[in-house]
Amino acid sequence: MATVIIPTPLRKFTNNTARLNIRAGSISDAVSELTINFPDLKKHLLDEQGKIRSFVNIFVGDDDIRNLQAENTPLQDNTVVSIVPAIAGGSI
Amino acid sequence: MIADAEKTFPDECCGFFFGREDDKRRMIKKVLVVHNSKEGDKRRRFEIAPRDYLKAETFAEENDLTLLGVYHSHPNTPAIPSETDRISAQPYFSYLIISVFDGAFSHARSWQLNEELKFDEEKLNSELFINQTK
Repeated sequence: MATVIIPTPLRKFTNNTARLNIRAGSISDAVSELTINFPDLKKHLLDEQGKIRSFVNIFVGDDDIRNLQAENTPLQDNTVVSIVPAIAGGSI
Repeated sequence: MIADAEKTFPDECCGFFFGREDDKRRMIKKVLVVHNSKEGDKRRRFEIAPRDYLKAETFAEENDLTLLGVYHSHPNTPAIPSETDRISAQPYFSYLIISVFDGAFSHARSWQLNEELKFDEEKLNSELFINQTK
């Protein structure tokens, strides 16, 4: 099973669990599994079209999935997936 | 945080803070200064690279602290979150904004996103904040 690391701001939607073991063949499957088990996560992970939000980065190991196969990036046992919220802003 | 905000002026600074919380308050114990990775003009924008975010989560875990929030500065503008701040804000985090006018600390205010995805102001112990972060 892959391990998904939930970022601190989203842990209130996963019963304060930081690491979840998920049986999934790809990033897309893992995200589906997460949002089924924790429905409140959905609006923070997916846009209205069901795609991963642009403000959300997902890393497999040290690599951004945008540099791999995006949502189709395959997962293997012991793969570590990190959900990384984009942190940005500005005065205007 | 204040020193970072003054040193980085006229650009925006940014970073994370860590600590502990109970039902009533959050206590900051550690601060991690982070490079503003925004490309181009940094006087009105900040961005934290995903790898720096991952380092912050690891730092919290290794030091048995909670990643409580993000700070950034508003050069020559008040410490009120902009629409840009609100759109990219995360739930749970405290967003501490440090206002710097002409290179000198002016004031700081802290904000948290509510269920309607709007900012509510948090009470900040300004005296303690200034003494500990200057």
